[in-house]
Amino acid sequence: MSLFANISMEFLVATGIGWVTACGVYLMLRGRSFPVVLGLTLLGYAVNIFIFVMGRLWSAAPPILGQGAVQADPLPQALVLTAIVIGFATTGFVIELALRSRAESGTDHVDGREPRA
Amino acid sequence: MNMSFADVMMQLFRQHLAVLPVLLPSFTAMLMLLIGDRDSLPRLRRIALVSVALGLMFALKLAMEADDDTLRVYRVGDWPAPFGIVLVIDRLSALMLVLTQAVALPVLFYASGGWDSHGRHFHALFQFQLMGLNGAFVTGDLFNLFVFFEVLLIASYVLLLHGQGRERFRVGVQYVAINLAASALFLIGIALIYATVGTLNMTDLAQRVPLVSGDDAVVLKAAALILLVVFGVKAAILPLHLWLPSTYAAASAPVAALFAIMTKVGVYSILRVHGVIFGADAGASALTVEPWLLPLALGTSALAVFGMLAAHTLPRMVAYMTVASVGTILAALGLFSEAAWSAALYYMAHSTLIIAALFLLVELVSAQRGDAADRLEAGPAVAQPALLGLLMLLAAASAAGLPPLPGFIGKLMVLQASSGHEAQTWVWTVVLLVGFLTLLGLARAGSVLFWSVRPEPGGSGTTAGASPRLVLATVSLIGAGVLMSVLAGPLKRYTDAAAVQLVDRRAYQEAVLGAVGAQTTQPYVFPRPASEGAQ
Repeated sequence: MSLFANISMEFLVATGIGWVTACGVYLMLRGRSFPVVLGLTLLGYAVNIFIFVMGRLWSAAPPILGQGAVQADPLPQALVLTAIVIGFATTGFVIELALRSRAESGTDHVDGREPRA
Repeated sequence: MNMSFADVMMQLFRQHLAVLPVLLPSFTAMLMLLIGDRDSLPRLRRIALVSVALGLMFALKLAMEADDDTLRVYRVGDWPAPFGIVLVIDRLSALMLVLTQAVALPVLFYASGGWDSHGRHFHALFQFQLMGLNGAFVTGDLFNLFVFFEVLLIASYVLLLHGQGRERFRVGVQYVAINLAASALFLIGIALIYATVGTLNMTDLAQRVPLVSGDDAVVLKAAALILLVVFGVKAAILPLHLWLPSTYAAASAPVAALFAIMTKVGVYSILRVHGVIFGADAGASALTVEPWLLPLALGTSALAVFGMLAAHTLPRMVAYMTVASVGTILAALGLFSEAAWSAALYYMAHSTLIIAALFLLVELVSAQRGDAADRLEAGPAVAQPALLGLLMLLAAASAAGLPPLPGFIGKLMVLQASSGHEAQTWVWTVVLLVGFLTLLGLARAGSVLFWSVRPEPGGSGTTAGASPRLVLATVSLIGAGVLMSVLAGPLKRYTDAAAVQLVDRRAYQEAVLGAVGAQTTQPYVFPRPASEGAQ
């Protein structure tokens, strides 16, 4: 038996989400627009998986009534689809906005000017 | 069955009236995108004005129907609640719809005076913004609220950049980043609520949240506080207000005026979620935000009024006034009593109209001050000192709360509602101090603008007065604000009834979920033995 045999799936998923969130928050607090956009994207991923597992983790359970003994909750799956679509659109917009801001101000710093050294 | 075409249409109208405030702007916007705005701006303006005026009539009709205690429930796709999405129109929703359209109509009229030609697709975006706002006010489902938040935010991201320029892009990046982060938090809050309660329908939540206890209640409270952060970013509560002044100051005048209603979406959501769902009857998670809301709201108000005194430009000053007024409204919400909520609703309607008017007014003044523009310093004389000065005086007196203007009535209602509350001293001190300092700041601004005139060689800076259209738009907003003083009696009865209706859970359950006491089915019982493969 390996050391990891008793680690539950819940623990792994929760730690994974926590790690990705932490990375996202760190990147979001950076001063350049590219890391900020990456941070927002990472946070979006973490949140999407978080919503998904709010229906709890199931194995071999279809999200349809009458297809098996147990059913997975289909609602979080529907919610996460909506969240993914919205996140995709806003990410596209924020990238374009960051590029335009870079072109207007000549710097990719989120304050629109280089910090004084 | 010999029904004429008109009868059929009338029946359809009655049946679908609740969803029209969302559908009308949405279809108008799509039509505008089809027409395009390269060489048909006059046509777009006419369509937009007709659409918003129609929207105002629908909203008024809904408000009149809501006023006889009917809860209008619209089941989207005819799925029964709590499984499908429902739109619920009570007095509060109808009031917010009327307010949105009442601000939008003059603002659109103002924008049609020239601002809409400074960039592309202004009118379509304006309609999408209205769709998001109206949707957020009518929905009865928490996740649907998130979706409409996103609709209104995406429209606002682009509207903020309208007219472009370096400053708008600079604040645009920050505005978008902070709102995306807030949206992520919103989803986390929603997910936590679903995980513990198992539903997202607001009426169903109000009925089931009291049943949650133990460890789940702790998670639920965390979710409520996360949602307070989200709505706090929108409404600009104390530590989360820093984005607002520069954003609103950088936006073009009609956009900033429309954004006056956006902070109220945050206020509305706090009332719906924290006032009703996590209200006094919510069992283990009752009044989760009470210890936070009142102190933060009073702090917001006090800090913002100092920001207003320190502002160097006119739009920035009005932006700080927006924050100060939100603080006053939230302080009234934070008192958690029906009288205070009624006061908050009345004051919210008034302050939204006046602040929207002020954003337009300061642009009219700035345009006539030559190179001094919107900076608060001695400049060339304005071309229409009597007209603009008088409007400024009216708006300032109402914003500061001088009788007999509605700002006074609103603040008086807040003060009365706080009597007997343990924080009464604090509420009175802050509300009265903020009123006085607002008056001081506006008096200083007025004397600089109209009296502190730098003589120009060869006459005044800009001789042209504002166009009648721009003046009319501003006057009608201030007029609507002042009208609230005349109609204070009926309006107060309406807001009183709205506040009482909010806490009447039985009526909502009957209307939304069917017979009282009917247990809603929850097919997915938690917790199930999860990943069986883990052993």
